Amino acid sequence: MRSGNSCRAALTEDWQSGGFGIYIHWPFCESKCPYCDFNSHVAAEIDESRWVRAYLQELDRYAALVPDRLLTSVYFGGGTPSLMAPDTVATVMERIRHIWPVRNDFEVTLEANPGSVEAGRFRGYEQAGVNRVSMGVQALNDDALRRLGRLHSVKEALSAFDVARNQFDRVSFDLIYARQGQALAEWETELKQALNLAVDHLSLYQLTIEPGTAFGDRYDRGRLSGLPDEDLSADMYQATQTLCEDAGFSAYEVSNHARTGSESRHNLIYWRYGDYVGIGPGAHGRVTIGGDRFATETPLIPNAWLDMADAGNGESLCRTLARQDQAEEFLMMGLRLRDGVDLDRYARLRGEPVDAHVLVHLEEIGMILREGQTVKVTEGGRMVLNAVIREFLSG
Amino acid sequence: MTELSHIRNFSIVAHIDHGKSTLADRLIQLTGTVAERDMKEQLLDAMDIERERGITIKANTVRIEYPARDGQTYVLNLIDTPGHVDFAYEVSRSMRAVEGSLLVVDATQGVEAQTLANVYTAIEADHEIVPVLNKIDLPAAEPDRVREQIEDVIGIDASDAVEISAKTGLGIPDVLEAIVTRLPPPHGGDPDAPLKAMLVDSKYDQYLGVICIVRIIDGTLKKGDRIRMMKTGGTYDVDDVGVYRPAMTHVAALGPGEIGYLNASIKQVRDTRVGDTITHEKRPCATPLPGFKPSVPVVFCGLFPVDANEFEDLRDAIEKLALNDASFTYEMETSAALGFGFRCGFLGLLHLEVVRDRLEREYGIELITTAPSVIYHLYHRDGTRQDLHNPADMPDMSLVDHIEEPRIKATILVPDDYLGDVLKLCQERRGIQLDLTYVGGRAMTVYDLPLNEVVFDFYDRLKSVTKGYASFDYEMIGYREDNLVKMSILVNDEPVDALAMMVHRDRAEMRGRAMCEKLKELIPRHMFKIPIQAAIGAKVIARETLSAMRKDVTAKCYGGDATRKKKLLDKQKAGKKKMRQFGKVEIPQEAFISALKMDG
Repeated sequence: MRSGNSCRAALTEDWQSGGFGIYIHWPFCESKCPYCDFNSHVAAEIDESRWVRAYLQELDRYAALVPDRLLTSVYFGGGTPSLMAPDTVATVMERIRHIWPVRNDFEVTLEANPGSVEAGRFRGYEQAGVNRVSMGVQALNDDALRRLGRLHSVKEALSAFDVARNQFDRVSFDLIYARQGQALAEWETELKQALNLAVDHLSLYQLTIEPGTAFGDRYDRGRLSGLPDEDLSADMYQATQTLCEDAGFSAYEVSNHARTGSESRHNLIYWRYGDYVGIGPGAHGRVTIGGDRFATETPLIPNAWLDMADAGNGESLCRTLARQDQAEEFLMMGLRLRDGVDLDRYARLRGEPVDAHVLVHLEEIGMILREGQTVKVTEGGRMVLNAVIREFLSG
Repeated sequence: MTELSHIRNFSIVAHIDHGKSTLADRLIQLTGTVAERDMKEQLLDAMDIERERGITIKANTVRIEYPARDGQTYVLNLIDTPGHVDFAYEVSRSMRAVEGSLLVVDATQGVEAQTLANVYTAIEADHEIVPVLNKIDLPAAEPDRVREQIEDVIGIDASDAVEISAKTGLGIPDVLEAIVTRLPPPHGGDPDAPLKAMLVDSKYDQYLGVICIVRIIDGTLKKGDRIRMMKTGGTYDVDDVGVYRPAMTHVAALGPGEIGYLNASIKQVRDTRVGDTITHEKRPCATPLPGFKPSVPVVFCGLFPVDANEFEDLRDAIEKLALNDASFTYEMETSAALGFGFRCGFLGLLHLEVVRDRLEREYGIELITTAPSVIYHLYHRDGTRQDLHNPADMPDMSLVDHIEEPRIKATILVPDDYLGDVLKLCQERRGIQLDLTYVGGRAMTVYDLPLNEVVFDFYDRLKSVTKGYASFDYEMIGYREDNLVKMSILVNDEPVDALAMMVHRDRAEMRGRAMCEKLKELIPRHMFKIPIQAAIGAKVIARETLSAMRKDVTAKCYGGDATRKKKLLDKQKAGKKKMRQFGKVEIPQEAFISALKMDG
């Protein structure tokens, strides 16, 4: 016997709980930052028309694969997408809007370098349809900026930020903390200053040493000193939560803070395990087609991707995700959110519920809270989220 | 068959690293026994592990033909014996098969504890002994001092010791000549008498089955003979007889005084007993040889597969190893903490390590090794005795009247400078000094020590406090009562059976504290704090707390990171398999052994 409700549930595809977005990757930077492990390249000459053609071809290909979707958001990431000509952005946006209907609160974000040249393009981006910028300010301290390999100064960043604030309603900026030699009090001062500037959103990342980066190499050779130990890094994280909360920027995700309603809609797609199309070199996607969820990847080398896109398909990999992998990814991403995850959705994806013993144990040791079928990570749990997730996955 | 007067059977006695294997290699090389191109170092040590550690585990034999200066050609049979204390008993057996020994002493080092132990065994076996001073080419060589030391410490004439360098080949012809002129030929021996042969050792070959090394006393052994093992009663048809040169080489027959191999389709080493007398079934000899006591394991530990799914593989591997090693015992064990595994018995710690290494290396099984233990004699109040191999089996103390533990007599030779540290170490390990003498700038001390204080890391500690200059040997001397208790370790309030150990009551607090501190370092931080306690019965005697982890969270995780971060988690998940779960706590496999090591 089948009730009307379960019928409707079956008709609702899982991705709809998270929405549908498009990520466009622009892989070029003026220089490579030593901490960055994103796919970025420094190139002398870029034929932008070729890039526009490739983006459009990939969009058209997806138009055929997933038509009739209501689009939540578009995100131009990089690399440094603020090196793109506003016309490029405009052409891409035009094609997207031609293919898919968009939500009323449709969000279009572009990552911007806080330099003076970029600031001059903000108006053009706005006209192209961008309604939110995310600026890589990274530090409010010139010494720190130099150590992070950034080309801009604090002064430049602040004036670029001013331009952005006047141009866009929604502006976010990133800071990196727990830097080499940084004391807790220094960070608190810097963060307070940042909160005074902030419009509606802040991304605050603890410096992470990633393998394959310049910092990673230096770290392996024992040449990266002054990184905080676990206790200091925990203290800094806690201080960050308190200061942001007090200023009205509560943490809706591990490293992301926003005024209510100003959360990044695009990033929420990732954390809510929605569908996203990844276009451009090194971009990843999760797309549900015909009831199967696919994980897609593209080649990292810019020209390799261009050639493949020209030849009709820019993806180097498109694999079906097993139910267990989907369920685990859903959990891994979703537990990052303040709002937690829905255990029913996990059970639907996985085909079986979460091990009850794991839930009881994690609740007993104060790592999670349960409200009906919703599981949220406590503030303590969030600080050791990797361990919490490991516990879930091994259960 | 060779005339008795043209046979010389001998072994080489030396401390580890004094050049025994190199000398053997040179003897083989100089007599052209092996073609130059087939020469490799430590020719007689077949197993990788033997080669790597410079130790010999099984007896090996090689037949060398030597044209002597008197114009006659002699057959020299070398039996290469194990040198390590764990295999002392094997040494004594092998020595019964030969008439003489070369005593090799490093001219830069002098006499060591192992040299002493083995040379006394040779003397007990009535050997003629030729002293050989090795490494004479080194600037640090002090042949006169070492000669004097040999005379003082061992009490044999060293005035005509042969001076050699096994490395360069210097003096090797003199060694060969000394073997012929100074060692006696085999005594007696009648080729027409009923067959009487000694089973010196047996080893398993995966293609041929069990190969026996035999020494013929009387009579003649040929292919096709039907033989009987007088002790075990087994009868077999001889498929092949031959000698090692060192490759197996078929011969028509083995006669009196000769040493060679026989192959008779024997299935496993356990079917043979070293020291047994081999005779013909139809025409047996009247009296067997005296035979040997079988060697008995003195050190026990649990071996568990890291991956519980590999239990059956471990069983196969252990059974295969046991085919070749009758001195190694095993029985299934179930641990609440570690699941299914085996309780294994070994001749000593080196033996334990060798077996464990082989299981890991040759069979590819990762193992958790639990604390080595000895056999305690528990005398119950009702008068019965229980042999306790595993502290986990310890009954309630109220049922036990008293406990006896095995003791050893340990001989340690050490340069004067380090004597203080050695005495301190022995004292700490509950030793009773029996003797202290000085010989040529070195001290020799003899201690009565409990074996349980020695089985684990005594040798490592000794090496470290003496910078490697001490040498050590021991023999078992019996059981004695002492104030022994079982110490349990509780992690997060749950006892971990694999970490339980027997300790002396007076040392319990110290050991308990050391264990808790070690475990605190070895167990990774968890999401909650973990008490680690040592207890005797219900009484906690030491306690540490492992604080909870404070921060472990990925700062950035967006759409492009999902695949990579998920892979990382999967990898960590696989890493968790190498941990053992105790209640809510995961303990890494290496903790079980590392926790026992005591520093300082």
